[in-house]
Amino acid sequence: MWDYTDKVKDLYKHPKNVGTIDNADAVGEVGSIVCGDALTLYLKIEDNIIKDAKFQTFGCGSAIASSSALTEMITGKTVDEAEKITNRDIVDYLGGLPEQKMHCSVMGREALEKALANWRGEEVASHEETEGEVICQCFGVTDPLIRKVIRENGLKTVEDVTNYTKAGGACGSCIHKIEDILTEELKRQPVAAGPEAKKGRLPLSNIKRMQLVEETISDVVRPILQKDGGNIELVDIDGRKVMVALRGACANCLVSDVTLKNLVQEKLREFVEDDIEVIEVR
Amino acid sequence: MNRTVYLDNNATTMVDPEVLDAMLPFLKEQYGNPSSMHDFGGDVARDVELARKQVADLLGADNDYEIVFTGGGTESDNFAILGTLAYFRDRRHIISSKVEHPAVLNLYRRLEREGYRASYVPVDRDGNLDMEFLKKSMDDDTAIVSIMHANNETGVIFPVEEIGALCRERSIPFHIDGVQAAGKIPIDVKKIQCDLYSISGHKFHAPKGMGVLYIRRGTRIRPLMYGGHQERGRRPGTENVPGIVATGKAAELALKNLPAEERVRALRDRLESGILARFSNVQLNGSKDARVPNTTNVGFEYIEGEAILLYLNEKGIAASSGSACSSGSLEPSHVLRAMGVPFTAAHGSIRFSLSRFTTEQEIDYTISVLPEIIDRLLEISPFWDSATKQCRPVNIQS
Ligand SMILES: Cc1ncc(COP(=O)(O)O)c(C=O)c1O
Ligand code: FES
Repeated sequence: MWDYTDKVKDLYKHPKNVGTIDNADAVGEVGSIVCGDALTLYLKIEDNIIKDAKFQTFGCGSAIASSSALTEMITGKTVDEAEKITNRDIVDYLGGLPEQKMHCSVMGREALEKALANWRGEEVASHEETEGEVICQCFGVTDPLIRKVIRENGLKTVEDVTNYTKAGGACGSCIHKIEDILTEELKRQPVAAGPEAKKGRLPLSNIKRMQLVEETISDVVRPILQKDGGNIELVDIDGRKVMVALRGACANCLVSDVTLKNLVQEKLREFVEDDIEVIEVR
Repeated sequence: MNRTVYLDNNATTMVDPEVLDAMLPFLKEQYGNPSSMHDFGGDVARDVELARKQVADLLGADNDYEIVFTGGGTESDNFAILGTLAYFRDRRHIISSKVEHPAVLNLYRRLEREGYRASYVPVDRDGNLDMEFLKKSMDDDTAIVSIMHANNETGVIFPVEEIGALCRERSIPFHIDGVQAAGKIPIDVKKIQCDLYSISGHKFHAPKGMGVLYIRRGTRIRPLMYGGHQERGRRPGTENVPGIVATGKAAELALKNLPAEERVRALRDRLESGILARFSNVQLNGSKDARVPNTTNVGFEYIEGEAILLYLNEKGIAASSGSACSSGSLEPSHVLRAMGVPFTAAHGSIRFSLSRFTTEQEIDYTISVLPEIIDRLLEISPFWDSATKQCRPVNIQS
């Protein structure tokens, strides 16, 4: 028997918002009967606000509960707000899910994403076309989805990825590909800051920002430059402005201004804050 | 109904009160070691030997010493297979079926990694073995054929006598996983001509953690473990006396109650036909003819098994499912997939397994609460149109 929280039990016993919406403004469908779980989400959207959300699901107790939770969470929200909801938020709303059931929350979030794309009029065709390479054939899980879930949940092992996306849970022939993706993703994360760095998107305090900038420069940026015989020095931090000096091979490189500044800025935006500005001093 | 309606007897059974009474003295005053040179232990040894006789009778074995007590069905299966391979070291081919219990299947997978060649006999849509495949697979290199007597998920019975004859002709050791047969159908190891036969106490109203391996007199097998002389050195270690006594008593009761299995069969059929008649989105998994009397496996299309179980649980009914979700694996049951049950039904499969303690009232209660549960889940399902009472076109690749 799964160790479901009372909230999960309550929601699979008495799910909210079951059904369809006639003339829905947006519909998002994910999963299939072959995979063993599927979810269809219907939205009524007026003036960018989600007025009503309904779902139908083919799935276990936690799939019913996750879908119900999702509809409750997004009703009344603006599209922009709804878009920010992650599978983590669904799990938190439920008071937790067993590890092996995490994929139910991911399915909810995926359905929402599809529905909103549908609303914007983006053509959502098959997985391959719009979502990149299919890594796990058994469950039709794509490369971008795996990466996204790894980042948002700070996943570390293949087993985690299987729990969250199902990828690798059947024939296992995709496990080596998942391992490669994990290795790549783990390398991308600054070691000290960890996967939590940008999570939550709360405004950073100045101290926290400085810490993250320092860590990102020493753990992510410097190793890249050093590979080419260059180096970087952090000169000053003023609010969201980061002053750096490029050293070694970089300093004499004519393209440094464009390429290297962009590289540093991109990394800092990725790991620290979206609006960091890098200024090169000599 | 406030008591649990327990319809999951293929998973485990209730300890029969008579069995409990029989074992209790050995947890209290009669705690002697059967090997001891004093009456205090010696008396206990007699009870162990009585249990051996009771089990031999259930299996139709001639000699009590052909019965070895183990720590469960899994251990018996492993002992039979590994013990045989340890003897026939030069034979490198092993045969089993695609629908075995993990106690056999996972061991075979391990053995494959160690270099053994394995053949897995497929089954048809009704769950019946492909006997031609089996015949063709057998060769001089075959060290063992291990096939179950009855399948735990569908209850389908395999033609073990026919397989026994084939193996005997070719002098290939034959092991039967009879865990789901004991107490449900008559067993006669001599008629079957098997060399090894495994059963598990907790499937026929003895406590958990007790198994038996029947080893036909003269069978070549090595022990898994080494130690004292207990069980003639085949399964050393001081005996689990209360468990052995309980297993003996349970075997005696199982044999005595075999005729009552017809009552169980009638209840099972009542449940099954009640379900098949009431719903349009349901199908029977497994042959209707060759089946143990207590098991029915039905696949509800377009709804998911774990959800059905959770809702049944709310109503106090315990059953089980071959759905992916409920097992914690991500794929539906290997048995149903080997049978070619479509995914639309495999994910919604439910197994009800009865016992001699199941009552008519419990069956009728189950039939009466199912419609509410199934209809509710159909309403939630994206593949079902409740307005037209039809399935929506689904894209099913399998
Ligand atoms: C067919 C079969 N074989 C083996 C076993 C394992 O028995 P035990 O639980 O006693 O180890 C089971 C029980 O689930 C079974 O159904
Ligand atoms: S391809 Fe991923 S488990 Fe089969």
